[in-house]
Amino acid sequence: MAFASWSDFIAMGGYSFYVWLAYGVSLLSVLLLVISTVTKRKKIFKHVEQRLLREQRIKAAENREGTL
Amino acid sequence: MWKWLHPYAKAEKSYALSGKLMPWFLAVALPTFIVGMIWGLAFAPADYQQGDSFRIIYIHVPAAMMAMGAYSTMAIAAFIGLVWQIRLAEMTVAATAPIGAVYTFIALFTGAAWGKPMWGAWWVWDARLTSELILLFVYLGIIALYNAFSDKVLAGRAASILTLVGVINLPIIHFSVVWWNTLHQGATITKFDQPSMATDMLIPLLIMIVSFAAFLGFMVLYRFRNEILQRESHRPWVIALVQQSSSSVNKRG
Repeated sequence: MAFASWSDFIAMGGYSFYVWLAYGVSLLSVLLLVISTVTKRKKIFKHVEQRLLREQRIKAAENREGTL
Repeated sequence: MWKWLHPYAKAEKSYALSGKLMPWFLAVALPTFIVGMIWGLAFAPADYQQGDSFRIIYIHVPAAMMAMGAYSTMAIAAFIGLVWQIRLAEMTVAATAPIGAVYTFIALFTGAAWGKPMWGAWWVWDARLTSELILLFVYLGIIALYNAFSDKVLAGRAASILTLVGVINLPIIHFSVVWWNTLHQGATITKFDQPSMATDMLIPLLIMIVSFAAFLGFMVLYRFRNEILQRESHRPWVIALVQQSSSSVNKRG
């Protein structure tokens, strides 16, 4: 262990701002990438689902009798 | 002997294989990340000159290395895609670019946060920093070019060509600290010599490099699957997949 106490660890030998800034921003940007990637997958699924439902509705409308 | 590779040129097979591989990459990335981070932040000894500010190295170096690793992957995929007309290879290029861009951004940002206390400036127009910034712009250019075309076959080809043009930047980044008199320090591990770093500091760094590499692999596979789904969204196998997932959601809800 390179630090004597918890507050020593947070202080990072006087460089706390720079060290935690670097780690924080890195973690945040990776998190944003993960979120955008996962939502992309969900969006594609939703998109295809909606298209299938629309196709179903169109087909159902075609089969209806007594309409133009 | 190599014929078993053939079916993987089919999107459906590749989709299934990447789905099988993903958990393994995550199983490597997460534990190594936790161990490497705690080891690097709390247990590695402070540097005798830089004190505790050097701990930024545990994200700075892995991100910078894997930003270049991601680009090399893209370049190989782009070449394969252009020469043998394999669409999946071009999808790999498109899938990898955003991750490479994020890694490059991390390398630049952590470098700035490290440069401020050590050099006294957030940014200097040093050869290493400038060439790394160009790498970020190349990444952004590839992403923008790929998104500029609605015809994804054309988009893949254009992005692949740009990727191959940008390869010239890789040796420039790597050797920038040798060719020019820079403020950035020279290589400490990627050289044909003993690493000039204490073992206690080096081991967590190597662990973090493995973690960043495995996470890169995981994200590439995830985004690669997204690309496949999007481009093949009219194919029966994707429709079956969507119907299967929506029916399982309905059962749960």
